[in-house]
Amino acid sequence: MTVSSQASADETTLVAQSREGDTAAFGELVRRYEGKIFRLAQHVTQNREDAEDVLQETFMKAYEHLDQFQGNSKFYTWIVRIAVNQALMKLRRRKTDKSVSLDETIDTGEDTMVREIAAWDEDPEQRFSRDELGGILDTAVQSLEPPYRSVFTLRDIDELSTEETAEALGLSVPAVKSRLLRARLQLREKLTRYFKRKGDDAFAYM
Amino acid sequence: MLTCKDFLHELSDYLDECADAAVRAKLEAHIAECPNCWVIADTTKKTILIYKGMEPYPIPHDVESRLMKALEKRIAAGRT
Repeated sequence: MTVSSQASADETTLVAQSREGDTAAFGELVRRYEGKIFRLAQHVTQNREDAEDVLQETFMKAYEHLDQFQGNSKFYTWIVRIAVNQALMKLRRRKTDKSVSLDETIDTGEDTMVREIAAWDEDPEQRFSRDELGGILDTAVQSLEPPYRSVFTLRDIDELSTEETAEALGLSVPAVKSRLLRARLQLREKLTRYFKRKGDDAFAYM
Repeated sequence: MLTCKDFLHELSDYLDECADAAVRAKLEAHIAECPNCWVIADTTKKTILIYKGMEPYPIPHDVESRLMKALEKRIAAGRT
């Protein structure tokens, strides 16, 4: 697959060319989104081998079903749905003998906790190198429980809408919203450790 | 009057800018007077922004080359 001439091509054109059997165009679509799909698959499955399977299956299915892709949504949104389905299947297969499932109703009621309240610097991420920052952000997301992690990943990292996230995960919109709120607040709390303004004590405002 | 708990409940919609105008006005009135909720809103907003800006790591070479091989094989077999 050669891609050099396709690098800046418009997505709609690439999809149309791929449908016509242009493998270079399809190769460019793969290259454009493979990083995001692999990341998403790793976030959902928490397993590199499974994530690699999901990555391959996603683009394989995308290729096989290109004819079914409706031009009214973004290509990225379409392959994200394929990827999420594949990743969830892996997860369910692995967890059949465990109690936690992504579809399980979880209590997101009253215990939205806020333990630490400290202001952050204006651009808190500037304090860290790119690699350090990546490590901090990854560790924080990994430490979320899977139901929160998957919602946060899709909504705030992969930037799907609430409705798309609900559809992809088979959840109701209110369930996505309450899980997202919990995830955001938990991450905020975890990151406060690194990003709070120097000299500010926790509970300074209490 | 809105409580801090009410504020937290609406925080995501507020930050996603999908709270309706009346609710939004109440939330803004609340944070103007409640430094704790102001900090929570500000730091949660920054949390979201930091993650949105996070680019994926480049895909490992071995993973990419296995992906491309698998796809080439599939393409060579023809579309079903």
